[in-house]
Amino acid sequence: MQFERNEAPFLRATTDVPSMMRQVLYALIPAALAYIWYFGPGFVFNLFIASIFCLLGEAVMLKLRNRPIREPLADYSALVTAALIAFALPALTPWWVTAAAALFGVVVAKHLYGGLGYNLFNPAMAGYVMVLVAFPMDMSLWAAPRMADLDYHGMTIMETAQFVMTGALPEYLSFDAISRATPLDVVKAGLNDMQTFEELRAYPIMGDFGGRGWERIGNFTAIGGGWLLLRKIIRWQIPFGVLAGLLVPSSLAYFLVPGINPSPEFHLFTGGTILCAFFIATDPVSAATSDRGRLAYGFGIGFLIYAIRKWGSYADGVAFAVLLMNMAVPAIDYMTRPRIVGHGRVPSEDRP
Amino acid sequence: MRTLHRTLPGRLHLDGDSMSAPAATNDLGDLHGGLQLPANKTTSTSIGIQSIPAPHQLVMPIQQHVGEPAQPIVGVGEHVLKGQLVADADGILSAPIHASSSGTVVAIEPWPVSRRYGENAPCIVIECDGDDRPVKVSADLLPFNSLKPDDLLKKILQGGIVGLGGAVFPTGQKLMQAMTMPLEYLILNGVECEPYISCDDLLMREQAVKVLGGAQVLMHALKLPTCYVVIESDKPEAIAAISEAMTVLNDHRFVLKQVPAIYPSGGEDQLVQLVTGLEVPSGQLPTDVGCVVHNVGTAAAVYRWICEGEPLISRVTTVTGPGVRSPKNVNVRLGTTIADAVAFAGGYNDGASQLIVGGPMCGKSVTTDHMPIVKATNCILVLTEIHSQTASQACIRCGECATVCPIQLLPQQLYWYARADNESKLRWYGLTDCIECGCCDLVCPSNIPLTEEFRKAKARIQELEDEKARAERARLRFESRNERLKNVLSAREKELRVQKDTALSKGLDAIVEILKRKQANDEKDVD
Repeated sequence: MQFERNEAPFLRATTDVPSMMRQVLYALIPAALAYIWYFGPGFVFNLFIASIFCLLGEAVMLKLRNRPIREPLADYSALVTAALIAFALPALTPWWVTAAAALFGVVVAKHLYGGLGYNLFNPAMAGYVMVLVAFPMDMSLWAAPRMADLDYHGMTIMETAQFVMTGALPEYLSFDAISRATPLDVVKAGLNDMQTFEELRAYPIMGDFGGRGWERIGNFTAIGGGWLLLRKIIRWQIPFGVLAGLLVPSSLAYFLVPGINPSPEFHLFTGGTILCAFFIATDPVSAATSDRGRLAYGFGIGFLIYAIRKWGSYADGVAFAVLLMNMAVPAIDYMTRPRIVGHGRVPSEDRP
Repeated sequence: MRTLHRTLPGRLHLDGDSMSAPAATNDLGDLHGGLQLPANKTTSTSIGIQSIPAPHQLVMPIQQHVGEPAQPIVGVGEHVLKGQLVADADGILSAPIHASSSGTVVAIEPWPVSRRYGENAPCIVIECDGDDRPVKVSADLLPFNSLKPDDLLKKILQGGIVGLGGAVFPTGQKLMQAMTMPLEYLILNGVECEPYISCDDLLMREQAVKVLGGAQVLMHALKLPTCYVVIESDKPEAIAAISEAMTVLNDHRFVLKQVPAIYPSGGEDQLVQLVTGLEVPSGQLPTDVGCVVHNVGTAAAVYRWICEGEPLISRVTTVTGPGVRSPKNVNVRLGTTIADAVAFAGGYNDGASQLIVGGPMCGKSVTTDHMPIVKATNCILVLTEIHSQTASQACIRCGECATVCPIQLLPQQLYWYARADNESKLRWYGLTDCIECGCCDLVCPSNIPLTEEFRKAKARIQELEDEKARAERARLRFESRNERLKNVLSAREKELRVQKDTALSKGLDAIVEILKRKQANDEKDVD
């Protein structure tokens, strides 16, 4: 009798990339619902537009690179990029801004570097930073969250759709009427104006820990992140590193010089911290690869978020922090190779 | 889940108080990574070991061990008896081969063998006469403890015994190497962590006394005070049998140890690490940390040879897998073909498509069943489902492979540099330390055949190394030749200088004298 010849091992893997990516998308559902609740239906449009353009960009690039199209298109990685872009953008964003972020992320940051697995930079953050720099006005259009005592201007789905398609608000609303400084902006400007953090904290936009609304979204994001940890889709090192990297310096600053520094829980529950810790920094392709390396990578991101918020000109620094640490990944990987069993510690002169 | 902990679930503990037999201890070192695999062993352990009768024809490869092939000492047409030496050890790490039944040597010719993935290798083919007549066991079977360790060692070398866990390292040579080292423990490996394989399990259940008896012989040969018998916790019957045998033998040198069922804790170095907490240094042997490891099957084979006079002519093999009708463990004469063994286990199921010699993690896939069962064949696995060769996707650096690697390598980095063929990086990331256990393959979401890549990369590095060694030898030859020439030249120069000095010091008379002598010589030549 004749048999097929194959290579060991003969058992098959039980996981695959599409299912991992799919689970990341599932884990984003609670955060998405919270986001829609607090900032209106614009998120859905952003997600839809980002998805369309991410998939389009992916398909065109695969075609141009003479690669098989169907399988990579179905691995959900482009959709994860799209979802992260949608989370990063303000709820009210004209479609061309979203499309520009999606296309830049997928075409330039992902495919020009060789596609999935080869990209040095996190595609979603690269796309977001591009529009942050190119469309600063659109990127500052954050409405107040849905809270009874805040002057929240709920726009209907039709009005939102109209804005997304044309960039024009309904006649009874003006940009000034709906756009509000985000809690991070308020704190940054307030501290610069010699107000203390305690005074700023009394503002109505401030919640129990961070900005109102924002902190709830953070909670729901953390639920999804916890689920990913339980499912072992992500490991604890990067989220822990990010949170530690942000909380250690912010706690030190807050407790040593309380008046002029925001509290650590404000840092944690405002802006994109938690989304970054569980969903953005954990993108394995652009992250460091050993356990120790991931801790260092996460810590670097956390610290950079803190540094940008404290000393930078942008209110939040998640995207910049991630991209900067992406650049450091080869060096981190090189310096954090684990000790191989049966070998002593890595002597530095042996490094190639 | 994937890191071993010092404590095990309660049900896995043997209750030491309720039994008089020694209880298994769990004081274990740490092993990084590993996988809990579906065992798939119960189908083959539901019945006891069955013996396959002598086939019509035996095919005995002359190389069934890691070293150089044995040298046939019988000719075509010669009649041989069961247990008779047919090929003697010859060269480095060689081991003798014995006939496993009586009959006539009909050919010494190439046959497909599993160690070469079904390529041909020279074999002694014996037509059995059906009498199964054994050679007379010499009456001088002395009790082993009356033998001196050196004599015992010589005896073991003659029995053709090799490591039966799959590595087939000649046991005698292993002991010889071990005797030169300061040792603390004999570790008896009953872990058998690969899925499907259960031959050691059943051997321990049915022949526990022989297994421990063999260990006693080994301890005597090595003058060792302690023997750890290590068994996986998913083999309660084997643990009970061994612990009962310990009571029967009443030998307090034995310590029973239980390890969790995590692949690949049965690898030699991994087992040492697990049991003693010591890492075997890279490129060295367990003896360097005071341990010598033998498989339980090897110990039983030592017992049969030293105490019963039967050399290694048969072994227990698991014939199993979804492609076999009635999976079981068989006691089979070496040289029986795989086809015969599968027929004994009820034949193939419909859909049997893949034949693997060894287990599903480290086994060798072969194309034909017309090849002999040899000393290394611990399992014959027939699968019905073709291992999906679907195109692998790009590595997304998820790091799962590094999480399960028992050597703490970074397979994702190794893969990257293997693709780039970057030798120095591959070395630095420890490619040569890879034990090819296959764990990384199993967790890779991108379906990348990592182990295969690493095997190829290792072969390329080996080639480079061989090339370098050849160049080095050539360089040394060239340099020593230059040296030689230089020596000849300088000797000649020295001679000339001496002549010149003599001439100058003795003056003109001496020169005249020399010329005269030369002239006289020339004239003599002319005459």
